[in-house]
Amino acid sequence: MIKYLLKKEFKQIIRNQFLPIVIFIFPLLVLLVFPWAASYEIRNLNLSVIDNDHSSYSRRLTQTIISSNYFRLTDQSASYNQALKSIEKNKADIILEIPKNFEKSIINREGTKVMISANAVNGMKGGIGMTYLSSIIGDFNLTIISELYPELAKSNSSVIQIDSQYRFNKHLNYQVFMVPALMVMILTLLCGFLPAVSIVFEKEIGTMEQINVSPVPKITFILAKLIPFWLIGFIAITIGFTVAWLDYGLIPVGHFYIIYTFAAIYIFAISGMGIVISNYAQTLQQAVFIVFFFMMLFIMLSGLYTPVDSMPNWAQWIAAFNPLKHLMIVMRSIYLKGSNFTQLGRELAALLGFAVFFNGLAVLSYRKNN
Amino acid sequence: MNISDNNPQTAIHCESVSKKYGKILALKNISFDVKQGEIFGIIGPDGAGKTTLFRILTTLILADSGIASVDGFDVVADYKEIRNRVGYMPGRFSLYQDLTVEENLEFFATVFNTTIDENYELIKDIYIQIEPFKKRRAGKLSGGMKQKLALSCALIHKPSVLFLDEPTTGVDPVSRKEFWGMLQKLREQGITILVSTPYMDEASLCDRIALIQNGQFLRIDTPENIVGQFADILWAAKSDNMHKLLEDLRNDEQVKSSFAFGNSIHVTVENGQLTVDSLKKYLIERGHNNIEIQSIEPTIEDCFMELSNTQI
Repeated sequence: MIKYLLKKEFKQIIRNQFLPIVIFIFPLLVLLVFPWAASYEIRNLNLSVIDNDHSSYSRRLTQTIISSNYFRLTDQSASYNQALKSIEKNKADIILEIPKNFEKSIINREGTKVMISANAVNGMKGGIGMTYLSSIIGDFNLTIISELYPELAKSNSSVIQIDSQYRFNKHLNYQVFMVPALMVMILTLLCGFLPAVSIVFEKEIGTMEQINVSPVPKITFILAKLIPFWLIGFIAITIGFTVAWLDYGLIPVGHFYIIYTFAAIYIFAISGMGIVISNYAQTLQQAVFIVFFFMMLFIMLSGLYTPVDSMPNWAQWIAAFNPLKHLMIVMRSIYLKGSNFTQLGRELAALLGFAVFFNGLAVLSYRKNN
Repeated sequence: MNISDNNPQTAIHCESVSKKYGKILALKNISFDVKQGEIFGIIGPDGAGKTTLFRILTTLILADSGIASVDGFDVVADYKEIRNRVGYMPGRFSLYQDLTVEENLEFFATVFNTTIDENYELIKDIYIQIEPFKKRRAGKLSGGMKQKLALSCALIHKPSVLFLDEPTTGVDPVSRKEFWGMLQKLREQGITILVSTPYMDEASLCDRIALIQNGQFLRIDTPENIVGQFADILWAAKSDNMHKLLEDLRNDEQVKSSFAFGNSIHVTVENGQLTVDSLKKYLIERGHNNIEIQSIEPTIEDCFMELSNTQI
């Protein structure tokens, strides 16, 4: 029986003008475009300089900042108020004010101060800009000291020297961090929500009723809906592995079979959730909106962009019940650290729990509606 | 095939079936029996409860109270058995629009554990008309062809009882006539047919009918008997000003009821006092010209209007 139902599903998927495109283009697009566009690295900050000194040192400082490639000199103002105007006009993000007698004070060993003010409407951009600029000025400071007073630079060198090393992602490459997590998003959409929408669609056009008056058991009908999308999920994640390898040179440190095992459990859990949605939604519109709501919630609280550990306690609790979060940890750990089943025991338990919970709920909510 | 040994004559049995949607009573104490090999019509306006009754009998929803059985099987306890032996054609076209004619038929055959070849004889007359288009997707068929395909799909597993919910709604008159011809042929093969329709003219094509309104059966009988029980005198009236005519007729206390029917007004008068001439005189006094009043035979619709009036 299920053979014929599956045959029908595959025919419908292939004939759908939209679905095959989504299935193949969506993972490609997500993996090829997002990691390049959505990045935490802040570049091209617009800098406004108020140079009250017009000396060789002040010019050298400005030059050093610009040559760092993080800043673009977009405005040079005569006064602080004028510089503020350029911020209001969105011409500048950050202001550097160099005081009068900047060079003189340095040469006279008096010490001097510069002022940085950042536009914090986008708090993260302002904060990071501030940090970058401070560290560039700090380096500049050290260079001047070693130039002007070599003896001081030598004696003053710190007792503790910092030698930093980034583990698992040597160059702090943002893409390395994003690509495995984006695969989770692809799985969620393809395996959780497409089958839900497909079931509700049959409800809406009335074919569901035709199936219901036939001897086809409900469970067979649902399985026939899920199996194609499970397959699609595996195809999509395999496309994901290929793209990660070809485009980003990313190969998981851990084993593929661990990823596939986790993916299988996750697909089972998330498709269970899809069925719960399809049990409650009567129309496509309702289904799409429920899906949209949960997607928003899950993505925000998944750790895709902002680490879950830095969220407030209550949000961490919500995130603990977010299947996306767990699989993202799994994917990143296997890809970057090469974790195995023992190390990912907690996530394994959580995902198995979700699978049991959602599928149990699916059965219960179906019975209730009958 | 029929397993209900205790009462082999009854294909559908309903006893005080009621169903509520929230506060609205969709069905009130519906009781009726359909004999095997009978075409039984449920006649009534939209919203009368026809579809609800069909959905209960096809095991899609549960009744709040009452007993119902199809082919001797209880709709609650033996719903699985019923699903093996009934065919259901919902009012709305609900086949897979993205599958071809042939694929739809094949799919529904396999769903019922059978093949097209096995029961081809049964659907041959109907299917042969759409066979030239068998490679066409169901969504691209015309209304009449869709209906034929839907009927073929409902018949492909050789059901013993066929449920047709408003099969002719939205179908042109020629196809409607053709469709009823097919039903007569199916009855000859021993298939019991429960059919609902809002068209009163189709009622006379059924063996027996039930008139339904507001979830209640007004009467169950053969079409002839229902018409025969019409006790009053019926006239068809016409004049230049039809709108005013209806108003004036309704204002006449001797007229029992009057309603627009096609291009004339049907007037029921209780046996006795009023004559055609006295009514004519009354209307001339009210300023009507070209008055025509004819005595006519009642139709099912007249009976329905009569019965629904007494109900209120």
